[in-house]
Amino acid sequence: MGDIILTLQDKTLTLTLKGNFIDFEDGKLYQNIAGYLPENIIINGLEINKWDSSLLLILFNLNKYANENNIKIENLYMPQGLIKMLKLALVVPEHINRETMPANESILEKIGGFGLNVWQNTLKGTIFMMTCFKSLWLFIRRKSSARKTDFLFAFEECGPNAMSIVALISFMVGLILAFVGAIQLKNFGAQVFVADLVTIGTIRIMGAIMVGIIMAGRTGASFAATIGSMQVNEEIDALKTMGISWAEFLVAPRMASLVIAMPFLTMWADFFGISGGAFVGILALDIPATEYFNHAFNAWSMKNFWVGIFHGFIFGFIISLCGCYYGINSSKNADGVGIATTKAVVSSVVWLIVATGIITFVFERLGI
Amino acid sequence: MKSKIAAKNMDIGYEKKVIIKNATFEVNNNDIFIIMGASGCGKSTMLKVLTGLMPPLKGNFYIDDIDYIKADEQTKLEIMKKVGVLYQSGGLFSSMTLAENVALPLQKYSSYSKKAIDDLVSLKLALVGLDGYNDYYPSQISGGMKKRAGLARALALDPEIVYFDEPSAGLDPLSSARLDNLMQDINQNLKTTLVVVTHELSSIFAIGTNSIFLDAKTKTVKARGNPAQILKNPPNEDVYNFLTRGKYDEKRAE
Repeated sequence: MGDIILTLQDKTLTLTLKGNFIDFEDGKLYQNIAGYLPENIIINGLEINKWDSSLLLILFNLNKYANENNIKIENLYMPQGLIKMLKLALVVPEHINRETMPANESILEKIGGFGLNVWQNTLKGTIFMMTCFKSLWLFIRRKSSARKTDFLFAFEECGPNAMSIVALISFMVGLILAFVGAIQLKNFGAQVFVADLVTIGTIRIMGAIMVGIIMAGRTGASFAATIGSMQVNEEIDALKTMGISWAEFLVAPRMASLVIAMPFLTMWADFFGISGGAFVGILALDIPATEYFNHAFNAWSMKNFWVGIFHGFIFGFIISLCGCYYGINSSKNADGVGIATTKAVVSSVVWLIVATGIITFVFERLGI
Repeated sequence: MKSKIAAKNMDIGYEKKVIIKNATFEVNNNDIFIIMGASGCGKSTMLKVLTGLMPPLKGNFYIDDIDYIKADEQTKLEIMKKVGVLYQSGGLFSSMTLAENVALPLQKYSSYSKKAIDDLVSLKLALVGLDGYNDYYPSQISGGMKKRAGLARALALDPEIVYFDEPSAGLDPLSSARLDNLMQDINQNLKTTLVVVTHELSSIFAIGTNSIFLDAKTKTVKARGNPAQILKNPPNEDVYNFLTRGKYDEKRAE
């Protein structure tokens, strides 16, 4: 272990370094030196055996301390490598005058900043949404820069490739709904109404919501990650400098494909949700198949079916807008893409629920 | 000589943070104009401004004497048609083949038939040494090839100006030298003005005919002119240091 011996003579402080300075720490060294109030410091390294960055750090700080306090400092008999590293460290150009971080904000400033931020984000989101709707309109009229192949690829991804997961989840949700419903209905000896519960619940709302949540996690995340990666690879910049609208080229085909796919996926989910309910009703609750399906058909109404499809259609817009918005606004680094993907999924799910609440309220008022 | 690009009293930066103040410089027709400086000095931000990706905080820049900042959207689009950009990573669309990448601006802005576009694409790829790579995807080719493919796309519309963002970044010395030669060929034979953002000294001295040095400390354009001339008469030790790979620092350390 190393040792630092301090001796003061005529306001000249000599530090004699002895032994091995590996992982060396001396917390009180600077305090002790300051206590001596020296005018000169001599550091004698003649008896240093081994050293590492811990000693270099001490010498670096001592030299800086001496320079800042107008103390003359001499580094004597230092090992060759150590003195070279010290010179290298000390010769680094002075820090460039970067803007310093703003001072701590008061609560009022924070509230003001938050309000301003919300307003700016709302404005930005609204402009984004209007730009995307305009691009979708141009896409429908075949006047956009979008490529047909991009639309077909996106549609394949949003539609056929999502069918298996939608089928599985919807079947399981139908199954759970039937089991949970049966527990209560059993008390009244009305187990057969499980068919009504599952059918109405699935086609009116649950099918669409399940598809919405699956697609937010699957496709919304994929949109954000793909477009975010394009930001990292400067592909969006390239589009902009070529004068090609990113909304037309990237957002419109994705939005169109998801908006078209969602109602079909909702129908698909309805079918499997009802099948899941039937599976429980017939096999676990011992309801005769004919009676179960009789109740299911009686509970079926086209009004509820179209309400579910409408939800799916609106969810298509929400998920594609959230995915593309966060992708386009992603930072140009890997971390940024990850954050964009997370935000896309979270905001999609939040807006799905908000939209469901609004639609349910409005339809209730309209008696639909 | 009439200038191709002229920046006048431009402040560039992000929101409240100014990176370069009062930048004034001219790029002459057929120049290979180098924007150089240490990392973080604002070279890439300057390129973003000149390519219309972000506005300057203050001041204007002109392309062929047209004020780009005050121009309407249609004029801006017409100006940008004269411009090609090669991004640091190539900026190729990963879901498209090289041919589709190069064809994109032609499909958007030209009235050529599909056959003519296919032929032009093959020609542009051949010009950058990628003959026969039409059906490759960007993920299937090397970094140097990506840059050349990006250059082929930048040259698709026979631009009058091509901007390069760190063209040598990530390339081995030979690929870098070949890209420099290619840039010189394009400059001399197609009479294209090149604006190159780089800190690669070998490229700066090999191809640069005119340049500016952006200084992070003073946040100004610290030097203008031919890089070799600047090296002969450096305005301060920072510029000298940069152009000599830190000889001034070495002397201080000795």
